[in-house]
Amino acid sequence: MGGLIRVLGGRAVQAVLVALLVGTACFLMVRLLPGDMAYRIAASRYGYDLVDGAAAEAVRQELGLDRPWPVQLGAWFAGLLRLDLGVSLASGEAVTEALGIQLGHTLLLSATALLFSLLLGPPLGALAGLRAGGWWDGALLALSAALRAIPAFVLGVALMLWLAVEWDWLPAAGVGGWREVVLPALTLALGLAAGSSRVARDAVAAVVASPFFGFARMKGLDDAAAFRRHGLRNAAVPVVAYLGLQLVILVEGVVVVESLFAWPGIGHALVHAVLGRDIPMVQGTALTMGLLFVALNACTDLACWLLDPRRRAA
Amino acid sequence: MTAAPLHRRSLLLAAAGLPALGRDVAAQPAADTFRVVTSNEINGLDPGRSGHVFARMQVAETLLGADDGGRPVPQLAREWSLSEDRLTWRFALRETARFHDGSPVTAEAVAACLERARAPGGLLGNAPIAAIAAEPGAVAIRTSRPFTPLTAFLAHYSTIILAPAAFEGQAVRAVIGSGPYRVAELLPPQRLEVERSAHWDGPTPAIGRAIYLAAGRGETRAAMAEGGQAELAAQLAPETVQRLRRNPRVLIDSRPIPRTRLIKLNCASPLFSDVRARRALSLALDRQGMASALLRSPVSSATQLFPPAMAEWHVPGLPPLRRDLREARRLLAGLGWQPGADGILRREGRPFSFTLRTFSDRPELPGLATAMQAQLREAGIEMKVAVVNSREIPAGHRDGTLEAGLMVRNFSLVPDPLGTLLQDYGPGGGDWGAMGWSSPELGGVLERLGETAEPAERAALRARASTILHEALPVIPVSWFELSTAISRRVAGLGVDPLELSFRIAGARWAD
Repeated sequence: MGGLIRVLGGRAVQAVLVALLVGTACFLMVRLLPGDMAYRIAASRYGYDLVDGAAAEAVRQELGLDRPWPVQLGAWFAGLLRLDLGVSLASGEAVTEALGIQLGHTLLLSATALLFSLLLGPPLGALAGLRAGGWWDGALLALSAALRAIPAFVLGVALMLWLAVEWDWLPAAGVGGWREVVLPALTLALGLAAGSSRVARDAVAAVVASPFFGFARMKGLDDAAAFRRHGLRNAAVPVVAYLGLQLVILVEGVVVVESLFAWPGIGHALVHAVLGRDIPMVQGTALTMGLLFVALNACTDLACWLLDPRRRAA
Repeated sequence: MTAAPLHRRSLLLAAAGLPALGRDVAAQPAADTFRVVTSNEINGLDPGRSGHVFARMQVAETLLGADDGGRPVPQLAREWSLSEDRLTWRFALRETARFHDGSPVTAEAVAACLERARAPGGLLGNAPIAAIAAEPGAVAIRTSRPFTPLTAFLAHYSTIILAPAAFEGQAVRAVIGSGPYRVAELLPPQRLEVERSAHWDGPTPAIGRAIYLAAGRGETRAAMAEGGQAELAAQLAPETVQRLRRNPRVLIDSRPIPRTRLIKLNCASPLFSDVRARRALSLALDRQGMASALLRSPVSSATQLFPPAMAEWHVPGLPPLRRDLREARRLLAGLGWQPGADGILRREGRPFSFTLRTFSDRPELPGLATAMQAQLREAGIEMKVAVVNSREIPAGHRDGTLEAGLMVRNFSLVPDPLGTLLQDYGPGGGDWGAMGWSSPELGGVLERLGETAEPAERAALRARASTILHEALPVIPVSWFELSTAISRRVAGLGVDPLELSFRIAGARWAD
């Protein structure tokens, strides 16, 4: 039990550090971007051809953009302690409210993508690992290398043209029903599955070649039973640990994929906030993504802890 | 080995979840839903920020609308009149109009919305309005001087009229309009779903439901049009349009709209202060080539500032802008410019060199800028291209650092271009108009246009204004604008609004 508390406590400290670092870094980076912030904010509010110097000046006055930057940053952290992330400079909405909606969409998309990738990657990889060096092993290597090398944007457009335009199976983009989530989730899942299939393949190949697996076969278990009882759990630990690492790919992919498929999630909001110099939105979205990352890693720790009795003993 | 069959089975089970989508559960929603896909996101509920979405989806109405030619037509105001002294406008409201919450559209509610739209930063704040008053069944607006473009300002989306219950203090809590459709579901910034309003006092729309989807990527919008997943796809890129024309499912509507791509020049700089230098620059441009090769629309090559779509301002008799390198060189030589060893013109040891700022909000602009760079080089002019943020053009105008800027000017921000021209070419120029140039004659013409209602005099004044701009070239027109919209053949009777005020869904029906 002490091990578990240590693991989760470490993640909690990490969450606080993420909040401090992400909040400050986002603020400073947006301030350092070239050009006049007031103009950019006014452009994202009213459309670029309606903006003139007078409108930009009105924005500057309204938002107090000429206050010294430590004062503005301090105000944000004070708000954070009250769980108040401020108000979007572009839409005037409370950032927490907007994030609540976007986070739901991003979680739905990420969870679906993760589910698809789990259905695709590890089973295919395990199959290759059971017959390491076979034709399927070689084919999967080529396929996963290709899928990992294609940027999410290209993969997304290809899937869109194939499954939505040619076959008319799925909506090309949008949000609302369950069908809309399939294409963006599949785009993300193929990239994820490419990675997890490799790890699963190696883990299974190692297990199959191990003395304990040989012993299980020798005592008379057939392949299926031996793998179920002695292979699965042993091979699962590296796969689950790798899933934690893969979340980086997921978070990075979400930004591109959400924009392409018009999915109103956090990644999409982040892109818009950066373009619009909407500092509270940038801080809010980046902070949420950072904390999400910490939370998912904590889940990974927990899963490994449950899977692996050696850790519990430690 | 017996392991493989087991794993093959579990694999099949795993994979079965995904492709179990037959054609019967295809991507089409209910047959009665009209789907619109554009690039404009729903940026909150405030009319000033996203009124265009609610106006175009016919959720909210403005006092007046505009026909294709920009002339005012009744909307919430059934008729209007102007007092003897030409200062007080009286707009009589449709008595039967109801907001979507069932409350009547009162003069007080209209006046309150218009007052709100006058706040700083709002477009209506640019009109010389002295007072807005609610009268029984009508709204009276007094201007401080005669101002005919007022009707056009009242058609702008930032002046949509919402029910009193829509507001909480000054903030908009819900969009409760008076149009044929009411908000069914709103998911900013991406999606708006509307349905017929039970309180609409006009003819019942044939189309019962509509969805607005904001998809920022052009590839996405094109794919939706191509796959028959959108009844109306707007803002299509030229290369997409070519492909969609071959698609039997869609009809491409391309029409010129009151917008021009132009080069804004700093006429105060020694390079461009002489009109002959500006004319030489204009003569060096190959507009026809750029329109055909880059914009894939030869007719969009500009021959004067205002496109033929702006019938009242386009003057057919003006000598068309054209390419003539020899004449350009002759004009420049007359100004003392002589070719140097590198082919670049020099005067008193200094090269004819400047930087053109442009931006990528309009994706075709950087490509056009690069083409012009090569064309000007042939005339001995060195132009550097800086692709910057759109704000760098108005900012450079203000601090005087802008030398030249390639941009798109929309002359129908309000349906009457006069409102825009007053901003752009009045004394001192404008952020998106002339810089370091002014013409007292043009100023007088525009001012007189704002005052007079006499049709013959107005026509003569408009022609004069166009001619002055054509001869003095404070900005150099490059190409006109074509609006390309893909419309599904499932729909009939849908007219595209060249002023982009409405999608006109309520007037359309399903094809048989």
